[in-house]
Formats: sequence, structure tokens, C-alpha cells
Amino acid sequence: MTTDVLVIGSGGAGLSAALKVKELGADVIVTTKTLPTNANTCMAQGGFNASFGDDIAIHTDDTLRSSYGLGSKTMIEQMCKSSQNALDWLISKGVPFSLNENNELETRFMGGSTNKRTYYAEDYTGLKILQTLYDECLKNDIKFQTNRYLLNLIIDKETKEVSGATFLDIGSGNIEEIRAKSVIVATGGYSGVYHGFTTNGFGSSGDGIAAVVRAGGMASDLEFVQFHPTALKRSSILISEAARGEGGYLVNSDGVRFVDELAPRDIVSRAISNELNQNKEVFLDVRHLGSEKLSHLLPQELKLCKIYENIDMANDLIPIKSVAHYTMGGIEVDQKLQAKGLKGCFAVGECSNAHIHGANRLGGNSLLEIISIGLIAGENAVNYESQNRFKENSQLAKDKAFINAVYNNFTNQINFYEKREFLGKILYHNAGVSRNDTGLKGVLAALRQMQREFTFMGISDKSKELNTNLIDFIEFGNTLEVAEMLLVGALHRNESRGAHYREDFQQTNDTFKAHSIFWKEDGVLCAEFKDIR
Amino acid sequence: MKITIKRFDKRKEPQSIDMNYPIFEGLTLLENFIKIKTTIDPTLSFNGVCRSGVCGSCSVMVNGKAVLACSYKPKDGDHIEPLNYHEVKRDLIVDRSKAQDTLKTAKTWLQSDARKENANKVEVQSSCILCDSCFASCPVMAVNENFLGPFALTKAYRYAIQGENRETIDLIQQNGVWDCTLCGECTLACPQGIDPKMDIMNLRSKSVQAGYCDPNFANMSFGLDFTQGF
Repeated sequence: MTTDVLVIGSGGAGLSAALKVKELGADVIVTTKTLPTNANTCMAQGGFNASFGDDIAIHTDDTLRSSYGLGSKTMIEQMCKSSQNALDWLISKGVPFSLNENNELETRFMGGSTNKRTYYAEDYTGLKILQTLYDECLKNDIKFQTNRYLLNLIIDKETKEVSGATFLDIGSGNIEEIRAKSVIVATGGYSGVYHGFTTNGFGSSGDGIAAVVRAGGMASDLEFVQFHPTALKRSSILISEAARGEGGYLVNSDGVRFVDELAPRDIVSRAISNELNQNKEVFLDVRHLGSEKLSHLLPQELKLCKIYENIDMANDLIPIKSVAHYTMGGIEVDQKLQAKGLKGCFAVGECSNAHIHGANRLGGNSLLEIISIGLIAGENAVNYESQNRFKENSQLAKDKAFINAVYNNFTNQINFYEKREFLGKILYHNAGVSRNDTGLKGVLAALRQMQREFTFMGISDKSKELNTNLIDFIEFGNTLEVAEMLLVGALHRNESRGAHYREDFQQTNDTFKAHSIFWKEDGVLCAEFKDIR
Repeated sequence: MKITIKRFDKRKEPQSIDMNYPIFEGLTLLENFIKIKTTIDPTLSFNGVCRSGVCGSCSVMVNGKAVLACSYKPKDGDHIEPLNYHEVKRDLIVDRSKAQDTLKTAKTWLQSDARKENANKVEVQSSCILCDSCFASCPVMAVNENFLGPFALTKAYRYAIQGENRETIDLIQQNGVWDCTLCGECTLACPQGIDPKMDIMNLRSKSVQAGYCDPNFANMSFGLDFTQGF
């Protein structure tokens, strides 16, 4: 199968990029490991930041400030300047942003923003963007390859040019390649490494990041993970920030409020984790808002609390914890969104580190990024002039051999599902909201042991078709690669900055005003800090 | 306390069997599937992504009713099957492509400039998550497999409000608005509170405004034959 531009991933970033490619007259194929609208974009509730006029500069400053020195002014400015266009583009496609009684677009405040500039569609902003863009893709006859799991990028070893990727067709079990003049990786973040302790859906395993690093590209700043303060204690289901925005309190088991509920997410998350470490429980208390107001303001939350915790928000305290929510780090890209170290490979959205969010992300900027930068990535991918198109390549044979080995040689004496759960737990407790040298080293040692034991893990289900046991296993393999980079970054960043907090280095130290960069040489992970110029 | 899951594997003989599993209490049905897969039987196949009722991937039939597995707590004796009117691929995984092709058939997208002022009017319709619960609950599917089905018609209505979608109105005359029996099963099944039955009734009005008439009326004699005179 061949095309001009191959888009891997069908969330908001992938669909925006694909629509741009099509608009520019090029051929495009979008792959997804599930179905097109099953991406994490559908879970984004808050809204979409857009600024115009004088507010562009303020929006830029707000974003720069939340990046704690790691954001690039050029990239942030580019995003903020194009934000109004991105919003208009979405509206022109039919995304029904909420209107006030005068038929003007409604906006809400988000934490960390100077001005009110977050546009929303009730608490379904991401869902409505994603579903509407999918309809638009159908209209434009964009080709989808569903149930395709990314294995590896196809790369010319000499020129470092990427000319497609290999996939496992989950439905048939066949390994296939899709060749393209350029590739856009839009595979989402890696909060899934914190298995059981993330608001994300299943499958946020950093597949694209791992594939780019295996292909000779680079990842960066993976130690920066935003933890959301309020997720349900047992299930890690997200309870939106709106619950606090509307006046909800955080109380501990003594019934005492212990933090300013509207402080930035990292501060609130750490305060919650402090209480939990003292063996106290933490609750979100919205009882004083009354059941009528709650059913109007937080209908999704009411439903989720009932299903998952069997509690009624209007009468009961909601037991919560903070869990991994959004990953700032990702594929290291240049200002054209091209993966560093590779040619013809672009990355956009949560999987990419375009130096926009830096050490922490401003609320409302993730939906903006996937659309505004998604469109730019689509354009850049079309304009990329490929050199060695579709030259023969051994990647497909290698990947067939690997999958064959998983079926026949991996011994499956160790249950990887148990390891996945264990890794999630130790990452959360030692490389979560609050970190220290000893804890990080311990997790890294445990993780490297799992890497050594990988061939003793494996699959029990030997079916070729629709083998989700196999998919879970390959995802776990990617998790091991991405979590290693996260840990190495966290371990060597001997300072606290944004979402990265070290108990043993509580101050920000400008020696580390630098991006952590990760790459592989002969399969061995290398890392360095690269100063910001 | 147990649930029964209808398993399917086209390579096995028999292809389909019912299997019993213990209920992990306090957990949702989707969490139960995961517990079964990770601790009892790794071959159990199902879909599920967001866990919070917004991605639409985990819908199944429980005792004959379509539900999102992530939003349902299993009860003793529950019988779990794959979605109705979909080709079963393996266990609870079905092929969604035929159902979703209805969107292309009816061209349910914006065909003109957006009527921005109508955004709030489609607040409910635009929260569809393509879970196919309505489609799997629709009795018309049993007698007419070419029926567009509820979610495509809701989407058709949404874009007819948001834009000048004349072509869609033309496309929903066959196997569309007039084939619905208005039984309301879709409305009961929708986890997002959408009312496809009402949307279909509204589309009938729009169709009449566009010059179409109810083909059922054309065939009715009302028990009197006026052509014979009195």
C-alpha cells in the first residue's frame, strides 16, 4: 500500500493533519490501532484556547510562564497567532461551540490564564471536535486503515529518511507495510505507563515515541508528566477541574482543607499526595453546591461517581487521588515538526515535544495544539520532498520475524499483565508527583530487570486474528522503552521544575534550564541535557 | 455470582459457546472483562478505551439490551453477547464498518457553510459517540438490513440544522426516515441521552417541507374507495 502522506493516529492531531494534506491535493492514509474516534481527544472536557488582538501576546506569555523556561517563544507565538484561525476552522467544519443568549461564543477561565479565552462545547469539547472532524474526513473521502498497530518506521539507514511504517493488521494478524513520501506520527501520549494510575484511556503507551527512537530519532523531556489532582480513588476516572472551579473543596480525613483548590495542578497534586503519604484520605467535597446545580454543571461527573464509587456527589464526599493525565515530553522535533535525527518524519500532538508546553501545560492549550499545529504538520508533510521513495527495505521481514518469535520463542513463563500492574504502581509511587534519587533508581533497576525478562514473558493466546493479548504485550514492550527514558530524565534532572518535583532538589536550578534528550545507539539508551539557546 | 459471556471464534468447533465467569464485585463490566483477561483467560477478546463513556468502543448486549460495558455494573446471571446486527469477529468484537457506512450513504456531514447561530440547537445530537447502541437496539434492522438506522439519521438531522443539507434530505428518503416505526428503542438505548426518534420525526417534517411525502400514505386506501363513486 502506498500514499503521499501516512498519518499514524486518528485523534484530533492526526485528523487535522490529514484534512490539511487532503486539502492541499495530496493523497493520505490515516491508520489507527482502534477505530477513528476512539482517541483520548474525546476525553478532553475543558476547552480550546484562542486569542486575538492584544491577547495574543498575553496568551503567549501565559503559555511561556507555565512552561517554566522550557517553552520556545517562537513555537508558542506561532501557535497563539494561529489560534483564532484554528477556532474559525473548527467552527466552519461544524464544531458546535457553546453560545450565550446573544449567539456569541461562550468562554471560560482556565487555571493559569490571565484572560478568559477558553472556548468550549459544554463538557464535551474534545469529543465534539473529534466527532465533527471525523465526519469531515468522511466527506473528504479520507482513507482509514483501522485496527492497524504501528510496529516500526521504515527508514533508510544511510539517509535517515523515513518512507513509511510497518503495521500489524490486528484483524487478520498479518504484518504489512504502508509506504509514503512522508509520515506524520500522531500517536498520543504515554500516561499509560502509569498503568492503573492515569486518567487516560487504554493504549496510551507511547507507541510512536518508542518507534521514532528505535528508528534513530530522538525523544525529549519525558520526565515532565502532568498529574491531575482529582481522579476517583479506586478507578482513576477523571473528575474535571470544573468541580473545583465551581467551588468544590478538597478536604482530608480530618475534614480539614489543606490547599488552595485553585492553585496550579502540580501544587494541588503534591498537596494531595502529601496527605495520602501521611495515611490520610483525601476527598473532593461538592455537597454544598446542591444537587440541582450539580446535575446542571457536572452531569458526566455525577454519573461517573455513581457507577465507579457508588456515591452521590450531592450527599457524599468523593474519595480522590492525583494521577497521570498529560505528558509534556515526546518526540523531539524541529520548528517544522520534523523529528530530529530523521527526515520526512513529522510528529504532532501529545506524542510530540514541539517545545510548547515545556515543563507544564496550560489548560486549554492541548486541544489548541492538536488543531493549529496539526494543520501546520499536514502542510509541512505535503511540502517535504522525498529522495529515496519506496526503496526496498528489510523492516517488514524483521518485524515478521519478531512477531513470529513472540508466538513461538517467547516462553510466557512470566505473566506480563502482573508486571504491567506492578510497574504502574512503582512508577506512580516513586516517579509520580514527587520523586527522589533512591526511589527513581529503584524503579529503574526494576524496569531494567523487566526488560531482561521480556523474552520470558509472552502471550497465552496463540490465535492469529484479533489477538488483543498480543497487542497488550507489544504495548507493554513500548511502555518499557518509554518509561526507561522517563526515569533516566527524572533521575538526572536534579532540580524541581514545573511538573517535575524532586524532594531532594526542591529548587529550580538553571543549570538544568535545558531539554533532556534521549536516543539509542546500537539499542542502548543514551541521554544528555541540551541547553536552550 | 457469575456472568455468562457468549464466546465466538470462527476457527473453533463449535464456533460459539457460552462461558461462565465469576463477577468481580464493585467493578464495571469493562473492568470485569479486563480482570478476566488478565487473571483468568487472556484469550477473551473485547474492545474498550476511555473507561468513562465517551469513546463508544465497549458497547455490548447485556440480557438483550445494548449498554456501554464501562458504564454498567454486572449482576448475577447476566448474559453478555456481542452487539446485535453486526458481524461478530471474535468474542465481543464486532465489525463496525457496515453500521458506520450508513454515514457515508446519507452523507451526514456539513454540506454548506455552517449556520453558526444554530450550534446550541444541536447540543444533544452532536454528543453522539458512535457506540452503535441505538443501531443494535433497532427492530427495523431485523427486517431491513439496509435501513440507515438511528445514529445516522440523528447525524443527518444535526447537519440539516447546522447547514443547508438538501442532499442529505434526498438521501434519507429510501431506507431512512419513513422506514422507522417510531418505537423509541433507540432513545432508550442511547447512553448520551440523544433522542433519535424525535430527530427522525423532525426529519420527516423537513422532508415534507422539501416536497416529499410519507410513502406509507400513498398506499393507504383508508377503507374507502373514492374512485368508484358513491
